[in-house]
Amino acid sequence: MILARVVGTVVATRKDPRLEGKTLLIVKPVSPEGKDEAGYVIAVDTVGAGVKERVIAVSGSSARMAEGCKDTPVDTAIIGIVDDVQLEL
Amino acid sequence: MYLGRVVGNVWSTAKHPGLLGQRLLIVQPVTPDLQNAGRRVICTDWAGAGAGEIVYWCRGKEASFAFLPAEVPTDLNIVGIVDSIHTGGKAGPAC
Repeated sequence: MILARVVGTVVATRKDPRLEGKTLLIVKPVSPEGKDEAGYVIAVDTVGAGVKERVIAVSGSSARMAEGCKDTPVDTAIIGIVDDVQLEL
Repeated sequence: MYLGRVVGNVWSTAKHPGLLGQRLLIVQPVTPDLQNAGRRVICTDWAGAGAGEIVYWCRGKEASFAFLPAEVPTDLNIVGIVDSIHTGGKAGPAC
């Protein structure tokens, strides 16, 4: 899983029918300190995250274990909204 | 599987029900020489690790198998706490 920040949304009309009704968000990976890291990822939102929120994103086939993603063509899902990050070292 | 050092944790209230009760730890991947290697990641913690400990973790769908029969949506999971590492004839404690 990675920490990421929601930076936008994606709207698609023509898509796999199993993705209908799902929110697609653009997320940018961030470090635990909140600094942006390279790249952007499109993720299915399963927890109701909004723009600017820090979230936890799971990728690969584990993403299909998220709510409502069983047997869907999804490889990144947002499964948590971050309340706080604590670095001890 | 990969070596890493636990460096912190993440708190989340709104999350997938499968993650309820799971600790989410920040892990810094390390080399066998315990040098930092790559970006830090968020792992579920099957092994009960704590801050500063050297652990090994696995990646991908297989990471969630440690929790079976529970279905935990994780792609990175700490599955062991390292006691010691031996490389090239040298041996030393993990931390």
